[in-house]
Amino acid sequence: MIDKRVDGAAAAVADIPDGAAVMIGGFGEAGSPIELIHALIDQGASRLTVISNNTGSGEVGLAALLKAGRVAKVICSFPRTANSTVFPELYRAGAVELELVPQGTLAERIRAGGAGIPAFYTPTAVGTPLAEGKEHRSFGGREHVLERGIRADFALIKGRIADTHGNVLYHRTARNFAPPMATAAEVTIVQVGAVVSAGAIDPEAVVTPGIFVDRVVHVPQPLQESELVAAGARYP
Amino acid sequence: MNARGGGEAGMPAAASPANRAAGVGASAAAVPGDRGAGATAAAREERASLGWSRDQIARRVAQDIPNGSYVNLGIGLPELVARFVPEGRSLVYHTENGLLGMGPSPAAGEGDPELINAGKRRVTMMPGAAFFDQATSFAMIRGGHLDLSVLGALQVARNGDLANWSTGADDAIPAVGGAMDLVAGVRRVFVLTQHVTKEGEPKLVDACTYPLTGRGVVDRVYTDLAVIDVTPEGFRLVELAPGVDFGHVAARTGAAILPPID
Repeated sequence: MIDKRVDGAAAAVADIPDGAAVMIGGFGEAGSPIELIHALIDQGASRLTVISNNTGSGEVGLAALLKAGRVAKVICSFPRTANSTVFPELYRAGAVELELVPQGTLAERIRAGGAGIPAFYTPTAVGTPLAEGKEHRSFGGREHVLERGIRADFALIKGRIADTHGNVLYHRTARNFAPPMATAAEVTIVQVGAVVSAGAIDPEAVVTPGIFVDRVVHVPQPLQESELVAAGARYP
Repeated sequence: MNARGGGEAGMPAAASPANRAAGVGASAAAVPGDRGAGATAAAREERASLGWSRDQIARRVAQDIPNGSYVNLGIGLPELVARFVPEGRSLVYHTENGLLGMGPSPAAGEGDPELINAGKRRVTMMPGAAFFDQATSFAMIRGGHLDLSVLGALQVARNGDLANWSTGADDAIPAVGGAMDLVAGVRRVFVLTQHVTKEGEPKLVDACTYPLTGRGVVDRVYTDLAVIDVTPEGFRLVELAPGVDFGHVAARTGAAILPPID
């Protein structure tokens, strides 16, 4: 009988090694799996490559992981946000590498990685500094740039509900990067507010099919990044 | 990009019935300006006496959006456009973080921290709204399914090049978001911007000096002074703001500007 439930965030992230590539879902605070990130901070893995759209705010969640010095490289589209001070400081100090990727190219690189497509041509960024040094090719008289699919060792994502098979439903705009990231990691770990038995989710409504999910962690009352930042919280 | 990144604070309040009603077909009407609190009295006087206010530019843009359009509004000044959709037109707003059918911001302190727009501000959803993941959202954008994108600008060149994400300064934290995808994929791109920078430098130029967002992507520019098309011949005036003459615009444009076609 398939049951992907894992007892707690700490157990779920226990085997993430130093140097791992980790996709982290979320667009700003929406969909940021804070409890899984905090467990990763506690666990101690370092020299991580983080693939995420942003770099967190305040000193909680993703920003706290950066502040703890665990991240060697960030692949993202928008590494500054309101209340985002940790990444800018580290970047200016040369303490973290940045690979800046247009948001849609980032999404498609992750989608492609998960779909077994090693690379693809896109018109996005042609003629800009972000296309420099990349292979170009013309299709239909229009210039395109070659971008590579991304895969990761782990993906940490947040959902609203999952069943024991790992089928996931999301909450509004918290969905964002989670579905493509779930497909592109060797091990996908989802934290959800509720876990139900197989059969309780209408199969027509499933957003991420369970084949893409390895571990389901029940986090009944997830923290909200903006509330923590407003309260001046820091992790740890 | 800067225009987006700066959009987190000071956004307009939700549309009210009053300003929607006032928005009907009134591009040349004098409307009391709602300047930022930081504007000096002198600057307010100068702005009020010449050209369109921020709201009036937004209203002018809204007049040109056909009924039924699927529209992505950039964060910051372009977001104002949603307040001025003429009566009787129905538009569907797309926010690239994963929502079609975005509605106005909720009252302060209300809303859902996981129902946000691309500027990470809380929004609402309209009847008929849909959520989707990032790969799907950018398939809409890159695949040419959106009718219009309204973006801010640092510079627009006479050939339609757009720079709106970085000044290239050494100490800047580079951030691009979805701007490069929007200009590459959306059918029409409008730019909504002040005609000159705070320092008085032209933003419409012969060639962009800042890093590009895209080459030859801008169709039309709306500023406080004029509406200007980007054509194969360069900038061409479409319409002057009230009280503004052609020479005034030409003197503040860093490239040749052609008179309107009769």
